[in-house]
Amino acid sequence: MTSDIVIQYIISGLIYGSIYAVIALGFNIVYNATGIINFAQGEFVMLGGMITHSFSKIMSLPLALLAAVLITAVIGGFIELVLIRNIGRLAKKKLKKSPEMQMTIMTIGISILLRETALTIWGEQVQTVPFFTGNETSSITVAGASFSPQLIWIITTAFLIFLFLSFFYKFTLKGQAMRACACSKTGALICGIPASTMVTFSFILAAGIGALAGSVTAPLTQTHYAIGTALSIKGFTVAVFGGLGSSGAAAAAGFLLGIIESFSIVVFPEAFKDIVSILLLLIVLFLRPSGLFGTPLKKRKKDSNK
Amino acid sequence: MIQIGKKNGCRKWQAAAAFLLITAGTGVFAATIKIGAIFAVTGPASYLGAPEEKTAKLFVENLNKAGGINGNKIELIVKDSAGSSEKALSFAKQLIDEHEVVAIIGPTTSGESLAIKDYCNKSKVPLISCAAAETIVEPVLPFVFKTPQKDSYVVKWAYQTMKDNGITKLAVVSSNTGFGAGGKTQLEKYANDFGITVVLSESYDAAATDLSSLLTKVKGSGAQAVINWSIEPAQSIIAKNMKQMNLTIPLYQSHGFGNIKYVEAAGDAADGIIFPCGKLLVADLLPDSDSQKALLQKYSTDYKTKYKEDASTFGGHAYDAILLLTTAISQAKSSDPVKIAAALEKIANLPGTAGIFTMSKTDHNGLGMDSIVMLTVKNGKFALYGTK
Repeated sequence: MTSDIVIQYIISGLIYGSIYAVIALGFNIVYNATGIINFAQGEFVMLGGMITHSFSKIMSLPLALLAAVLITAVIGGFIELVLIRNIGRLAKKKLKKSPEMQMTIMTIGISILLRETALTIWGEQVQTVPFFTGNETSSITVAGASFSPQLIWIITTAFLIFLFLSFFYKFTLKGQAMRACACSKTGALICGIPASTMVTFSFILAAGIGALAGSVTAPLTQTHYAIGTALSIKGFTVAVFGGLGSSGAAAAAGFLLGIIESFSIVVFPEAFKDIVSILLLLIVLFLRPSGLFGTPLKKRKKDSNK
Repeated sequence: MIQIGKKNGCRKWQAAAAFLLITAGTGVFAATIKIGAIFAVTGPASYLGAPEEKTAKLFVENLNKAGGINGNKIELIVKDSAGSSEKALSFAKQLIDEHEVVAIIGPTTSGESLAIKDYCNKSKVPLISCAAAETIVEPVLPFVFKTPQKDSYVVKWAYQTMKDNGITKLAVVSSNTGFGAGGKTQLEKYANDFGITVVLSESYDAAATDLSSLLTKVKGSGAQAVINWSIEPAQSIIAKNMKQMNLTIPLYQSHGFGNIKYVEAAGDAADGIIFPCGKLLVADLLPDSDSQKALLQKYSTDYKTKYKEDASTFGGHAYDAILLLTTAISQAKSSDPVKIAAALEKIANLPGTAGIFTMSKTDHNGLGMDSIVMLTVKNGKFALYGTK
């Protein structure tokens, strides 16, 4: 393998990795606030791409992107207020136990709802979004390897989202309040944190970030009403692989898995890519149940008390 | 009293309606010929099955308006198999045993066609499949026919073009579906005949959204051209990825690329893609001497006027199926399934959308190599490639 081929594989890995990382970050936002896994996260990504596609025909691309993020964020908040919250309340009342499981299953239902709605609106055809710089055929060559300028946009966006979230959770009151809710809802309530508002906010944030990821990646990967499921599964794999709850772990795991998948094709057929990543997840879960970079929940609770 | 009278009136109407339904159902008006159709109108193959259903309905509507076959009206009974072989088989049984149809057109996919062909043959009811696999008509069964061009013709055309362009080392990439796997087998089988070495053969997941790592492997393999065999959006992604990676070797695709939506999705990157396909997509570009031209143009226009969407080659397969069947019925001057099958076998020089059909005892597809043309993409539109 010559050096330019190695670099080309790494670049492919970065494309996959940045997409995985951003979806995993979205999973973490909701998980950090509620302790539930939001399987509709992939659908937020799909909606971002689809809405940008439609709006880019009637307004400039940056405006279309902004509209996609805002609309999806509103949809995210609406879903939490109308569906997730009520199912949670109902489950708590009837089953007398914490409703995380019911809420997680509800998100699977929501993902189907969003997917079918998208099918009705946009049809089963593949949709595209214009490239941010250049077009389909633009290419940048570095050290013998070539790639689309869109890749720079994707990686930069992933990095900015990561920086924003790290800062948000560590240094802002709202971010800290959200983390507190995940540790103990009752505890947070006693401290005067409006826990249910925080949950709504987490859905708005996750939907907005998912939509941003969808808009940025759509020029390269195209978008389709049914892409959400596969993205959700992959994002979930990455989030668990890295360790649920930590932004840094999600980002690192995303890029790591992307690059491993890219190189896996040297040995295995392309169609086995997903098997490689699921296999790695199983090994990690056996050896380190809290994820590759994760800390057990007990320790996290202790840390946040400091 | 008045109320009772009203009730009686109501009953009479119901009785009249019921009588009409019963007589229509049992075929008291013997002049109706029943044709069964099984299409994957919904489900994963809906982009094939939906235009097939629309085409068949449009064909029958026009035929009945024009007086039917020898004065007999046609009744088309469509069943939606959703692409499932099990459903297709139970619908075939229902159509033959309950509805007593004279023949069945469809199913949409190869898997379904293979699942029901033996039952139709055993029941002595002609089946005209709209699916591609050669094994549907090989070995030949007396009652089983098919309309799409054979896979091997498509592969041979692609290889002939490569040979003319001096390509000897080829990378084959295909999706992990029935269509992709079938194409891969044919490609590997005929490569030697054209002096082509397959240096790399890889399959990818049908839902793949980026193929750059696969193409990196192609880059390192020393291939002089890539051929992609799939029907998924990956067809546009591979074109874009190649340009972005500066992989400048020519890209060939299968006849699955014959949908302008994929060209639109690939944008500028689609220019220069070469692929074999039926003539429907380039009907307007054909010379006037082409005996299919008028028929292709009429089908395209009729379909677009009625359904406000472009006609596709897949709808064309259903058009051919029902065209062959109605021609056979009119030539047999009978609605007896056995006589229809015999008439189907005698059809000669009949222009359809896929090509000129000439059936025989040994060939139940009836199309020749001339049913395929090589196409390319120029400025975002389909165009004839070279002049061969």
